[in-house]
Amino acid sequence: MAKYLILIYGDERQWDAMTPEQQTVHRGAHATFQAAAGSRVLGGYELEHASMATTLRTDGADGVTTTDGPFLETKEAVGGYYLIEVKDLDEALELAAMLPEVHAGHSGVEIRPIVG
Amino acid sequence: MTTDITGVVAEAHRAEWARVFAATAQLTRDLDLAEECAQDAYAQALLTWPQTGIPERPGAWLTTIARNRARDVLRRESNFRRAMPMLVSDEAVPGPEDGLDDDRLRLIFTCCHPALGRDAQVALTLRLVCGLSTAEVARAYLVQEPTMAARITRAKKKIATARIPYRVPAPDQLAERVSAVLEVVHLIFTTGHAAPVGAHLVRRDLTESAIRLARMLHLLMPTDGEITGLLALLLLIEARAETRLSGSGRLLLLSEQDRSRWDTQLIGEGTALLTDALRRQPPTRYAVEAAIAAVHVEARTWEETDWSEIVALYGVLLRLWPSPVVELNRAVAIGFRDGAAAGLDALAPLLADPALATYGYLSAVRADLLRRLGRWAEAAGAYEEALALNDNEVERAFLTERLREVRAR
Repeated sequence: MAKYLILIYGDERQWDAMTPEQQTVHRGAHATFQAAAGSRVLGGYELEHASMATTLRTDGADGVTTTDGPFLETKEAVGGYYLIEVKDLDEALELAAMLPEVHAGHSGVEIRPIVG
Repeated sequence: MTTDITGVVAEAHRAEWARVFAATAQLTRDLDLAEECAQDAYAQALLTWPQTGIPERPGAWLTTIARNRARDVLRRESNFRRAMPMLVSDEAVPGPEDGLDDDRLRLIFTCCHPALGRDAQVALTLRLVCGLSTAEVARAYLVQEPTMAARITRAKKKIATARIPYRVPAPDQLAERVSAVLEVVHLIFTTGHAAPVGAHLVRRDLTESAIRLARMLHLLMPTDGEITGLLALLLLIEARAETRLSGSGRLLLLSEQDRSRWDTQLIGEGTALLTDALRRQPPTRYAVEAAIAAVHVEARTWEETDWSEIVALYGVLLRLWPSPVVELNRAVAIGFRDGAAAGLDALAPLLADPALATYGYLSAVRADLLRRLGRWAEAAGAYEEALALNDNEVERAFLTERLREVRAR
């Protein structure tokens, strides 16, 4: 078995612009994904906006600089993730393809193998 | 005798590498170790066969030696190996369809997995399935050997760390995955058939590798219409390979080629495969392309070419596989059926297509149509444009000669 992190990327403004009906459909699709994946989902959450992020970096000396905002300023941000445990990449791809973000124009998912 | 053995081993390498390597990889679940052991087996053959004679089934002999060697290494290094990422084998997975349980298929589906980029798929397929050396693959794609080595290493690492499974896809995914494999085979062939850059028009190492791959796939999956169609297409094009250049190395057009030298055996084989592929509905892209190639080889002379049939087939192809390149080819055929002016009309909508903006063949086709209409100045401009977009020396020589002709008028 192997663990993968499914990173959900998308345009936050488009997520915000969803109507209540679209949100219901969207949440339903995630529920369907979670039901299908069952115990293969080890964890997963929706994240607050990237603008709510706080980033720490070295200040070039001994200290740390704290900045308000995400590590990378991009149009598409990580909006959530799932940690899954499956047999191989094909199984991970099959599950991930069920996520509604895969089928919307502005978003997509990135599947990263976990070391170990 | 020694040279004889060398030749036999070289032939066994061409014919059996995929089988030897794939069966060893199934055991080692480590592509690098499998490569080492398969190479050792061939080295062993060079030493042993002069004494013992050539075994009755060289492929089976080589596979046994390679797998024995792998078992030795695995036993010795088991602790070390356990820490390495391994190929995921296909235990407890819905098995492939009947008859598809073959290590060579596992290998090629793994090399052409959609999680690998196209360049990586092509490089891995040539290296691991066809058994070309890294230097040969690098030469075929005109990149430095370290660049190609890095590309292959990265791809192998991704197979292991991302756990791309070493198996034949499940039935519900098979058709899609076969298409991905065939795109790789087709790309290897077309790169070899008209090399985009370099001194040679044809790279035989690539066209031969592609045909061998298509033959292998057809042997293993004989009822797949798309595979049959692609093999038919490659054979019907390959049948003309010997006549594409003159004795002095000049590019010869279809109209100038010596048709008596076309390979009748390949034509017969390709036509029979095509008949089989066309019997399956709906026809695939490759089968229709093969049908177009068949119309060409069936014409005893250039003048006898059935251009109406070819234009109609390009129309069918456009519906199956819409592409500006197919539209361009259809315009060429219209130019031969109805005359150069009609060809130019058919070409007109393509001139603004951004997908063809740097496609040198578009300029070359336009130049030829203008030349046939006697519009010399415009033809010269189009030939200049085609030259600026072409890096193959043989094709450049041809275009330069034509440019000189139209400028002289």
